[in-house]
Amino acid sequence: MADAFNFELVSPERLLVSEKVTEVVIPAMLGDMTVLVKHAPVMTTLRPGIVSVKLASGQVNKYVVFGGFADILPDSCTLLAESALPENEVTRETLQKRIDAARAEIENAQSDEHKTKLELFLGELTHLHGNVIPA
Amino acid sequence: MPSLKDLKNRIASVKATQKITKAMKMVAAAKLRRAQEAAEAARPYAERMNKVLASLSAANAGNANAPKLLAGTGKDQVHLLIVATGERGLAGGFNSSIIRLARDHALKLIAQGKTVKILTVGRKGNDVLRRSFRENIIDYVTFREVKQLGFVQADEVAQKVLTLFNAGEFDVATLFFARFQSVISQVATAQQIIPAKFEAVKSDEAQVFYEYEPSEEEILEDLLPKNVAVQIFRALLENNASFYGAQMSAMDNATRNAGDMINRLTLSYNRQRQAQITKELIEIISGAEAL
Repeated sequence: MADAFNFELVSPERLLVSEKVTEVVIPAMLGDMTVLVKHAPVMTTLRPGIVSVKLASGQVNKYVVFGGFADILPDSCTLLAESALPENEVTRETLQKRIDAARAEIENAQSDEHKTKLELFLGELTHLHGNVIPA
Repeated sequence: MPSLKDLKNRIASVKATQKITKAMKMVAAAKLRRAQEAAEAARPYAERMNKVLASLSAANAGNANAPKLLAGTGKDQVHLLIVATGERGLAGGFNSSIIRLARDHALKLIAQGKTVKILTVGRKGNDVLRRSFRENIIDYVTFREVKQLGFVQADEVAQKVLTLFNAGEFDVATLFFARFQSVISQVATAQQIIPAKFEAVKSDEAQVFYEYEPSEEEILEDLLPKNVAVQIFRALLENNASFYGAQMSAMDNATRNAGDMINRLTLSYNRQRQAQITKELIEIISGAEAL
């Protein structure tokens, strides 16, 4: 039995999760990472993707996050997501809306740097749309 | 002296007004509860954001290449005032206290020879400030059509502000809104958001050495614009709660005043009616005696 630690998932609008968990998989900017208890302190930005949370009871909950960052400490892990939803509330239509919005933003982007960032973001969204979310 | 019929009409009209103010008070109370919940739900995010940024910015304090959102442009010549007010009136001193604070601030800056630009959020503030600062107002955002204030709206304002900042349109941005203290007390507040200021963290908390992924600078650069949006979002939510709080107490007062007025009018109505009856009786009696 792995040790549990505190996990919180917050979006600007509300606190989604605040639980004791044993394992969290987060979509970090440079690749997915699994956080267990006593993880070294890390701060990382997030890509759009799925956060998989294993509760102390063994139950696994999944959430979709759209960017944000994670603050990881040995005894806690906090995700500050720009926007987050339980996985079952995300549908292809809402995702498609976000993709369209991101596309429109690329059209209007001024600097190349900004554009590249947005394109990366869009890539992740499309990946989510194509593979991860069941139709 | 108004006639009996006039009095009756006035009582009826005050009663109708009282019904309206009473209904508005109830509506405001219901909306206040929801606005308060929203403001509370947003708090953890803003707090964490503040904590993280405070430790990041402390680490970056001496850095000459620190992002401009944190360090400022090195000047304070052009000021941007973001004035957030309500969309509607009938909320006591809510709108006017924010506007007064913003106006005093603007006049002070102008007296110091600075350039002032104003971005108004909400219709009321725009209407009033337009009268005295017509050429200072550069943009105007309204959420009239918005039912539930979300992060999207705050982000919209933040994007405008950031675009202006990146274009070098201003050096310092200050946000004006009413901080919600309780239903009866809302305090108009000015908060500087660019360059960013953070509440200091306790030293023992700041001692953790993080690994950063990607680099520290990149994260900071990513977070600072977000922080602007978060601050604005928080201000808008506080403002919303304050608005309904102010409206509730204003409407409560109005209902009570209307009640007093009805009492007074009813009293003089009854007196007059009695006087008339007495007069008629005297006429009848003196007529009978004359026979």
